Amino acid sequence: MDNLRDLYQEVILDHNKRPRNFRMLESCTHRADGHNPLCGDRVTVFVEVDDAVIKAVTFQGQGCAISTASASLMTTMLTGKTVAEAERLFGQFYDLVTGHSQPSSAMGKLAVLAGVRDYPSRVKCATLAWHAVQAALHNQTEPVVTE
Amino acid sequence: MSAAMTLPPTALDVTAVRAQFPILQRTIHGKPLVYLDNAASVQKPQAVIDAISGCYQQYYANVHRGVHALSEQSTAAYEGARETVRQFLNAASTQEIIFTRGTTEAINLVAASFARPRLQPDDEIVISAIEHHSNIVPWQMVCQQTGAKLRVIPVLDNGELDQQAFVELLNERTRLLGLIHVSNALGTVNPVQPMIAQAHARGIPVLLDGAQAAPHFSLDVQALDCDFYAFSGHKTYGPSGIGVLYGKAEWLNAMPPWQGGGDMIRSVTFEHTEYAPLPYKFEAGTPHIAGAIGLAAALDWMCSTGIQAIADHEQDLLEYATAQFRQIPGVRIIGQAAEKSGVLSFLIDGVHPHDIATVFDQSGVAIRAGHHCAQPVMERFGVPATARASVAAYNTREDIDTLVSAVYHVKELFG
Ligand SMILES: Cc1ncc(COP(=O)(O)O)c(C=O)c1O
Repeated sequence: MDNLRDLYQEVILDHNKRPRNFRMLESCTHRADGHNPLCGDRVTVFVEVDDAVIKAVTFQGQGCAISTASASLMTTMLTGKTVAEAERLFGQFYDLVTGHSQPSSAMGKLAVLAGVRDYPSRVKCATLAWHAVQAALHNQTEPVVTE
Repeated sequence: MSAAMTLPPTALDVTAVRAQFPILQRTIHGKPLVYLDNAASVQKPQAVIDAISGCYQQYYANVHRGVHALSEQSTAAYEGARETVRQFLNAASTQEIIFTRGTTEAINLVAASFARPRLQPDDEIVISAIEHHSNIVPWQMVCQQTGAKLRVIPVLDNGELDQQAFVELLNERTRLLGLIHVSNALGTVNPVQPMIAQAHARGIPVLLDGAQAAPHFSLDVQALDCDFYAFSGHKTYGPSGIGVLYGKAEWLNAMPPWQGGGDMIRSVTFEHTEYAPLPYKFEAGTPHIAGAIGLAAALDWMCSTGIQAIADHEQDLLEYATAQFRQIPGVRIIGQAAEKSGVLSFLIDGVHPHDIATVFDQSGVAIRAGHHCAQPVMERFGVPATARASVAAYNTREDIDTLVSAVYHVKELFG
């Protein structure tokens, strides 16, 4: 069961059980929906941007442990970052969960999701909220669908 | 010893059955494979693998055209397969057996060639709330093309169809009843016989989606008196890419072909084409020759193993699993119809089905997690997805025990 513990680390189980910033954000300037038809995960992200800085990120939705924990961790990581930094972080995170890079200190807690690289079908769960944030920041109105 | 003695004389020899499925020798993540994703697709016995490779190794050629020996042998085997299917369904004639790619293509054939030319605006097609997408979308497409309307028989909380509502849905505008025989998402066995009788009493033809029934039941389309019956080879121990549409000859004869090309013609000039007789009218192009032969080997395998013995064994496993699942706190079974077959759909409190499937996989247990191509069913029961364990002839009570301990493991991990 060691493999499973690599995927479902304590931090992930904790964020799944008690997701952070799990609410609507009245003051949001951007929002977008994401949908993963494979497992039925649905997420809505709310972002408040002021002068190219992310003041707050929240999310709501329903999903597997990987997508919920990833969304929760994402909200804690993005708060206070500039939009450009957020995009860079998504790139690094994507490389991490697809096995194209090793965890680095810049990624902080996001590194706990590195185990996803051994489960190709779960990469979409881990990146769903990130895709939705990106769509929100680009004012995309169509829901993001990962499949 | 005592356990063996309580078994009925026709009981399945599961050890002997398992020995015929080479894939069951595999380990997954170092654990013996416990394959419980049979409603999605079933593994293949050696007899089927041998029939397919035998075709390619010994007598393969195109069918219906050549005058050389191989083509004659191939044609004989392919047409022999049609006869095997006829017997399996107890159809009146091989003319009524059309090879398709699977259930989906069979239903699309009926939608395009039977429904579309007949339907007028405001005509109605009745289906049920527990259909697979393949028995929803083709009808929606036809409705868009013709202005007909889709009406849906509601499902009760236990997973059974609302028979009262069904009777009330049928009216003088109803042109077709399309019904799932056994639900892939809930396991519900629909009372198709009385439902067909009720439809016929109003002159409404009936198509049955038998994708989940053909692997488990002895079928008799004449006794059922259904107008069309569809099933897939890959769920009946045969290869994928091959399936069957049964249709009553009187309907099939009246229907236009749905694809044009070689094999489905009698004569072609630029001015006029005369179509081939049944069943070839509906089999344009080179068919899946080895697939049909593999399917026949699969149906032969089911018959010689004993369809009733398989069904009894699967029912025992389903009841054994259901009884244990009911004991586990925080586990909810979705689909509790009085008559069920093969499928156990369930939820574990606080754990997404996708996580369940991933954890199970590490124990070597293969199940399906998701909407099972039945999103309206998921919506009806207010869940985004379910986990689904489904059994076949080669599963054992030990497999179910492994499944149950995997459930406890999930609860521990996410507890
Ligand atoms: C009830 C039911 N109908 C139709 C289908 C579609 O079968 P196929 O994909 O083989 O065409 C399936 C298979 O998943 C099924 O379970």
